[in-house]
Amino acid sequence: MGIRPQSRVLLLVLAAGLLASATAACGRSDSSSDGTNAATNGGSSLSGRIEADGSSTVGPFVTAAAEDFQAQNSGVQVTVGISGTGGGFERFCAGETDLSDASRPIKEDEEVPVCQENGIDYTEFQVANDGIAVVTNKENDWATCLTVEQLAKIWGPDSKVDNWNQVDPSFPDQKLTLAGPGTDSGTFDFFTGVINGEEDASRTDYQATEDDNVTVQAVSGDKGGLGYFGLSYFEQNQDTLNDVEVDGGSGCVAPTSETVQDGSYTPLSRPLFVYVKNTSLQKPEVAAFMKYILDNQAQIAEKAAFVPMTDEQAQKAESDFTAATG
Amino acid sequence: MSAAAVATGRRRGVWRGRIFVALLLLSMAVGFLALGTLFFDVLRKGVAYVDPVLLTNPPSSDPDIAGARPAILATLYLGVLLILFTVPIGVGTAIYLEEYADRNRWYNRLLELNIQNLAAVPSIVYGILGLAFLVRGLGLGRVLLAGALILTLLVLPTVIIAAREAIRAVPGSIREGAYALGATQWQVISRQVLPAAIPGIATGSILALARAIGETAPLILIGALTYISFNPTVLGPFTALPVQIYNWTKLPDEKFKALAAAAIIVLLIMVLLLNAGAIWLRNRYQKRW
Repeated sequence: MGIRPQSRVLLLVLAAGLLASATAACGRSDSSSDGTNAATNGGSSLSGRIEADGSSTVGPFVTAAAEDFQAQNSGVQVTVGISGTGGGFERFCAGETDLSDASRPIKEDEEVPVCQENGIDYTEFQVANDGIAVVTNKENDWATCLTVEQLAKIWGPDSKVDNWNQVDPSFPDQKLTLAGPGTDSGTFDFFTGVINGEEDASRTDYQATEDDNVTVQAVSGDKGGLGYFGLSYFEQNQDTLNDVEVDGGSGCVAPTSETVQDGSYTPLSRPLFVYVKNTSLQKPEVAAFMKYILDNQAQIAEKAAFVPMTDEQAQKAESDFTAATG
Repeated sequence: MSAAAVATGRRRGVWRGRIFVALLLLSMAVGFLALGTLFFDVLRKGVAYVDPVLLTNPPSSDPDIAGARPAILATLYLGVLLILFTVPIGVGTAIYLEEYADRNRWYNRLLELNIQNLAAVPSIVYGILGLAFLVRGLGLGRVLLAGALILTLLVLPTVIIAAREAIRAVPGSIREGAYALGATQWQVISRQVLPAAIPGIATGSILALARAIGETAPLILIGALTYISFNPTVLGPFTALPVQIYNWTKLPDEKFKALAAAAIIVLLIMVLLLNAGAIWLRNRYQKRW
């Protein structure tokens, strides 16, 4: 019966080897992947390390910017963490990071005092736009458009709504199940603020998760499901989910890059920010990185599946930069 | 007792034996099926993405050129540091408890109880300790060394317990024989007990290491990063393979989920090789009495 001990080692090595060779044989399906990302090493003399942390929504934007920036400035090392908007500000105001990525403005009553206490002066830059998509199951053919009042009725802190026909009498008798981001998320803060009228005021008996892919699974697997998250998650899952048009008082509007950018998708469009510590902004590498983000915001937004700033917003950000760097 | 009664009793015994074996097979199947399903699912999803790009490129927002080089390197560094920290401390503690400690003393019993309890503390709690004590308290910062120290604390109880078992398994007659020939306690331990216990110690240590390099929660808490494009250093910012996997599963693009599966395969290969190493070491030094 028993395998001799020596052959057991062999078996394990063999298993590992098999795995390795089986996988090495077939390369990545896309052949454009030779790893040459951008111009090989622009001969810039900048060097140093830039630490960014904060929103998981904005993280991919700053990451995309960092990749291209580092390709041109090989001496600069950019690191990006995703502690969440709140977690990011906590570190930022403790002086640990240079950049704080945020999907909402810094909180005047909670976070600003901490920054002041620690002597952290900063400048706020808008870098992109984001829309929040409200999504339903693919089989849901009734809720094509919801008003802000209806959304508030569903998501309000005292809401007991558990059937679609309670949302609108014309909707079918179908159990309503909810999924969405948890309380650490800037998306949650923003959605509750504009829909329920008070930040963080929400019913709590829904499937709350920090991982938007879980919300995708929950809603796509339940005919009566309803959820919300950043627009890019909807765009990646269009074949399994329906988006809901939102009526903010002036008719039903679907969430798209255009409606988010021109502001007609209200109230679920929001600006995304990067906060920079002023002492860091005095360093040439940080200033160069910020300048790079603002100059290339449209390309970065496209690469990372964000909605770019309007010309007006971009000009304001540029003039904020000029003012801050003097 | 009649012959008939004996025959019935015997038949009943045979049946009970068969049911027992069937239950044993069933319990083995549970573990095996779970592992097999996971394994094939990951293999199916990730195989196409295990390639030189994954091993040599830094992470990227473009899944076609994204790799995990900094994460793989950091996980290797963490593994090496972990062995350097845990083995001496763990084996030292085990030798003290087994060979020197007087079990009638209350503090030695308290120590033993604590070590066993520590093995059951959730890993996130070690992360909180690390953040408060190492990262902020000692001002070490969010660096790879802090990660290695936290993982050390996390697996130390396992290593100590395994090493104690190994030392205890060395027959008392070996020690007594050595003493009878005039050896000192130091000579007995260093020349007889430890060499004999090496296989068990190695197995325990490497299983603990395999567990540690799969840990995510405490590393995230002390600041393992999402995006780092340069190679990690011991005193610099870092990420680790499980953290990279976790981040990739959270991104919206389907391709990143395949990348996560590919990174899981790399991690699996690393763990398999470690286990193979442990078994080799055990067989190399195994002694029979």
